[in-house]
Amino acid sequence: MNYRILKDRIFFWSICILSSMTAIPLVVIIWEVVKKGYRQINLSFFSETAPSTLDAMLAKSTGELIPGGIANGIAGTMLMVAIAAFIAIPVGIMGGIYLAEKPKATFSHIARFLTDLLQGTPSIVIGIIAYAWVVKPLGSYSALAGSVALAIMMLPLIIRSTEETLKMLPSSLKEAGLALGASYTSVVLKVLVPSAFGGLFTGILLAISRVMGETAPLMLTALGSTVINWDVIHPTSAVPLLIWEFYNDPNLIDMIWSSSLFLLMLILVLNIIAKNIARKWRIG
Amino acid sequence: MRDFIFKRLLFLCSLLVLLICGGMVYSLVNGAIPAFETFGFFRFISSPEWNPTAGNEDYGALSFIVGTVMTSFLALLICLPFSLPVALFTGEYFRGTRAASFIGSVIDLLAGIPSIVYGLWGFYTLRPILIDMNLSEQGFGILTSSIVLAIMITPYAASLSSEFISMVPKELKEGAYSLGSTRSDVVRRIIFPVSGSGIFASYILALGRALGETMAVTMLIGNTNNLPDSLTATGNTMASVIANQFGEADSLKLSSLIAIGLLLFLITAVINFTGKIIMKKLS
Repeated sequence: MNYRILKDRIFFWSICILSSMTAIPLVVIIWEVVKKGYRQINLSFFSETAPSTLDAMLAKSTGELIPGGIANGIAGTMLMVAIAAFIAIPVGIMGGIYLAEKPKATFSHIARFLTDLLQGTPSIVIGIIAYAWVVKPLGSYSALAGSVALAIMMLPLIIRSTEETLKMLPSSLKEAGLALGASYTSVVLKVLVPSAFGGLFTGILLAISRVMGETAPLMLTALGSTVINWDVIHPTSAVPLLIWEFYNDPNLIDMIWSSSLFLLMLILVLNIIAKNIARKWRIG
Repeated sequence: MRDFIFKRLLFLCSLLVLLICGGMVYSLVNGAIPAFETFGFFRFISSPEWNPTAGNEDYGALSFIVGTVMTSFLALLICLPFSLPVALFTGEYFRGTRAASFIGSVIDLLAGIPSIVYGLWGFYTLRPILIDMNLSEQGFGILTSSIVLAIMITPYAASLSSEFISMVPKELKEGAYSLGSTRSDVVRRIIFPVSGSGIFASYILALGRALGETMAVTMLIGNTNNLPDSLTATGNTMASVIANQFGEADSLKLSSLIAIGLLLFLITAVINFTGKIIMKKLS
């Protein structure tokens, strides 16, 4: 065989092999988490709070499953993500509408640049900010501070996805609305937003799945709690925070894997749903 | 009237981003001032000392800056031989086929795995392997963190550079084929030169990701406050030292950690900005 063709073949196959190797970490991670974590997942895993070291040690010495669950973490994650979404979704969508409506304005360029800046900011720095803005003035770690940190992380994601989606809408849509005598407000709210709904929804789901696994900013803001807490001005736990606590406690190793399994599945399912909506929904 | 209020509201929402960024810089600078005043800005970034003993406190960020730079660049180096083939796979060789969308989903899912789960995997799976290979004694350190970081940034590098690779005009490639080029020639002589700066920008943005990664690194780097002197040495990155010590810190130490946060923010901002500028010039 010709030397050049041989080289081409080798190049092709090494690309195929190296690309498929990226699937290895995914498979290994999911396999490991499922294999080590499934045993602990039962009803009490969702209904009880995290076990103490002592309980876990006693259970382990008799060879039983560790009692308790991660209900405090699930409740905290739900609470904080809900508040963060409540803050970030309206603001993000409206900010995105502004950027899409005034694409060339100087202010839009600045806002777009800063949105990118915010999106690239490390989560730990956002944790410091939420600490300075909420934890310090309130004098205590709180769910609210955690929500603020998560909301700041969600905001740029939602703004950019809204802007990108609205930009894809044909301008005839807006013009038709305006020509029918509808006010600007109703054109945006009743024509643009509904037609872009799929894209907006995908953006929101992806933003939520992104912040759900965040640990670092919550360490500086929500801190963690051993009980289920719904009060926004008190320290609150979250699933990733619990994983971090379990990781630091040798008696609770088994709990790490079940909580990771739960978190991983939650995030991957959200991701897949978002991608499917994005695929089904196309502007024709 | 209603339109007027609505337009104002839209404007205010995008203004909020400005306020958040402004407030962020203000709060970080404000929190960092005590540290900079005590040690001086240049001494703070050039001193490897990190001594929290009361009465003898001395803080410098150099060890952490070096740790961050070492882990991130090593991660970039490790991710290159995997992310570039993926980008070629999805952007050129199998563009638009099922195989490409399969690899694309794998990459998306990798990007979705939380940092802390990567950390656990590195701790319980990768670390024993490295110990068995005699690469390091405890398995903690720069190398371990870099490998995990490399897996974490592969999705970003691959999906961004894939877009630039798929944007290379068909005419150029066809011209090369008609002159008798093989596909690997086209990749090397046409695709890489044409999309080179886009690929470069993708890797810069991936570097920006790696610089700020916190949890996985915190769990794997060993958390020692020394200047790392080899690839298997333990150390700390800027993000991991904040994650580790913020909770127990007060006054001067807290301010020093916030100062490190400010430095980290500035470095990532500059890196991301550079990447975005290069990308903007292309489009």
